[in-house]
Amino acid sequence: MSSRNRPILELDKADVRRARSLARKVGKPVVDIATKHTTVSVERATLRLAGLSGADHERVPWVNHLVDAVREGVGLEHGVSLPVWDALSRGEAPDLLTLAQKASSRSVDFRIPEAKAATAAGKAARKDVAAGIRTIDKQRAQRDRLITRHGDPKQRPWIYLIVATGDIYEDIPQAQAAAREGADIIAVIRSTGQSLLDYVPEGATREGYAGTYATQENFRLMRAALDETSKELGRYIRLTNYASGLCMPEIATLAGLERLDMMLNDSMYGILFRDINPIRTFVDQRFSRQIHARAGIIINTGEDNYLTTSDAVEAAHTVTVSQLLNEYFAKEAGLEDWQLGLGHAFEINPDLHDSFRMELAHALLARTLFPDAPLKWMPPTKHMTGDVFRGNLLDGFFNLVGTLTGQGILLVGMMTEAVVTPWISDRDIALQNVRYVLNAAGGLTEDFHPPRDGFIQTRARQVLGEAIGLLDDIAAEPGKAPLLEAIADGTFGEMKRPATAGKGLDGVAERADGYVNPAIDLLETGATR
Amino acid sequence: MTPKPTSTGAAADVTELPQVIRPYGDQTGDGMVQVSFTLPMPSGKRAEGAALQLAGKMGIEPAIVVHSKAIGDGFTFFVVYGSVKHLVEPHLVEVVEREFPLLSGKEINTAIKKHLRRKLVVVGACIGTDAHTVGIDAILNIKGFAGEKGLEYHREIKVVNLGAQVLIPDLVERAREEKADAVLVSQVVTQRDAHIHNTTAMSAAFREAFPAGKVPHLVVGGPRFEEGSAGTLGVDRIFGRGTTPGEVASYLVHALVPQGSAASKSKGA
Repeated sequence: MSSRNRPILELDKADVRRARSLARKVGKPVVDIATKHTTVSVERATLRLAGLSGADHERVPWVNHLVDAVREGVGLEHGVSLPVWDALSRGEAPDLLTLAQKASSRSVDFRIPEAKAATAAGKAARKDVAAGIRTIDKQRAQRDRLITRHGDPKQRPWIYLIVATGDIYEDIPQAQAAAREGADIIAVIRSTGQSLLDYVPEGATREGYAGTYATQENFRLMRAALDETSKELGRYIRLTNYASGLCMPEIATLAGLERLDMMLNDSMYGILFRDINPIRTFVDQRFSRQIHARAGIIINTGEDNYLTTSDAVEAAHTVTVSQLLNEYFAKEAGLEDWQLGLGHAFEINPDLHDSFRMELAHALLARTLFPDAPLKWMPPTKHMTGDVFRGNLLDGFFNLVGTLTGQGILLVGMMTEAVVTPWISDRDIALQNVRYVLNAAGGLTEDFHPPRDGFIQTRARQVLGEAIGLLDDIAAEPGKAPLLEAIADGTFGEMKRPATAGKGLDGVAERADGYVNPAIDLLETGATR
Repeated sequence: MTPKPTSTGAAADVTELPQVIRPYGDQTGDGMVQVSFTLPMPSGKRAEGAALQLAGKMGIEPAIVVHSKAIGDGFTFFVVYGSVKHLVEPHLVEVVEREFPLLSGKEINTAIKKHLRRKLVVVGACIGTDAHTVGIDAILNIKGFAGEKGLEYHREIKVVNLGAQVLIPDLVERAREEKADAVLVSQVVTQRDAHIHNTTAMSAAFREAFPAGKVPHLVVGGPRFEEGSAGTLGVDRIFGRGTTPGEVASYLVHALVPQGSAASKSKGA
């Protein structure tokens, strides 16, 4: 984290404690539900860790075939590990791939093994899955080595740039060019439809809509290219993708295996903005965060989205609430403070009086509440118009808030936000804007101490107070899991998402007593074998 | 927010404009414009010459390269100022006039109540892979857009917002269930003409699922649709960038509520 003196907001410590304990209170029942369920994607991720990859001629991944076949045969309640490794030990197939191929034509009889057979299957599964976990461990060590060799960015915030051509072979030179121009982090935006695909596409892809498909091969190609560029620039360039949507656990796993460095991973985004079933989301999210924790990946949460659908002043406290929940769920899953890229955004209507002062107050609130997290500061989008000149000015003010409040990760705003996917010149102008502000005002944090009980301090306290109020309301909801009730009745982003509806619900199963998942065991204990 | 590019109010004044005008920098008739672009070549004298060549071919002459900057190895960015030799003839500009009067919220409610005698049902969605609900939300949600409340705000309009990435069969089914008078579809982020494919697929699905004459009124909105292409897309109306909820609501009343009603009390533009 930044070594600069942190600006002081003088929040009431009791308020901060209360906010955290409320977040824990509403979050805990959801974690309890998550640990009582599994999903098709968690099971597929487990198979991927054990080394099963590839797809049939119609591009249906083998992990999907195998999980579907097990599910049809014996259900998902016990997990796929026992029935799959039991079938292998019975000689149904010599290896996982062959088993998946045979299972795809339903010519394998699965069973839930008992007694000795169960112990043996569990052991064999653990051995294979542990190999995947060790690959993730090795990749983490490799990242540490490369960071030592090439170095971290010289400045904070780290500069985060997006590429999104749809074609991985176009993305690569663009990403490399962006890094040469000053980007520290490259995010490859996914094709818009991908979050609702219940499988992970295979191979290098050249066709996407407003983004490029997240595939293991695309991850590998881009990481390899950025390794070259890191060497050339003497600065480790981080790579970001999206662990969200129906395949969150699998994408997180592939990211760990291919040494991605950051992943978008919000606790409620899929529920609210993609209408994915809440239980599915919380189960998938917990597994994916356990993977991220293990892989040393920094997560980025999606609080910016609340502000694009609601008013950024009225809804400021919903961002704080979401950050607190994201923090709780992340730490529960084993992530550390340095891995929490909690999100927030510059989305207040610029025509409002004092809009910039409010932005400063909100950004400082997040900074003060989460002093050790590398907060992710996101640029204006909602109030960007075709007026690119005004947009460039707004982005400059956004950059100023970012540097003044010591944000960790700065997503570079484009003046053409509302017009086109960024041109090469847009990116260049945007980076010039960032460089100017960081260079001209980077040290200003030192001088910037908002006066006691002035506008900024008062506004920040007010937002925290409203956040505590909302958490209180959520905690007061009826039922075993008040948070699920709150999500169901439209508390967040004005969207109602009941736990009994939403996409991907049919891929959720309640765990039986004999549920076995060696990946979860290895992740929770930290074991390597 | 950006003002609407077409405004019926201003169009009436065309007779007051000169027959011929030129862009205005700081003196009438100077023809000054400013353009910026990138050429895929290394910066240098040749690149600046190339930028001037392009400006010349665009009708900007004389032109000055006021800024040129290398972007990476093989690209150069330019800002060019110059006088454009082309003339603009305002009276030859074709403007699609709004075919309906703008109504206030109260007029909209009254017209529906008095002449339709039930609630007007509107089903909205983003279809295809488009996950960007900003457009549909701006029109439908109470929150609204550009200071106007969304359709939900009108007590006589029942709004069903299905959100993002709705499958076309689901949209058709829901429209049938709700007995929708109108279906609003938004397409904001689009690549390779996805908005056109999605829209034609959507209109075809509705025509297939409903008997002739019973198809809900189909309206699409989004920044990439061309004015006047409603017919080819098989929809009834297209709305472009900057459309406000009030315009959509007024249009729906115009199109779906038997006339001879509130139209007389138009506020004009």
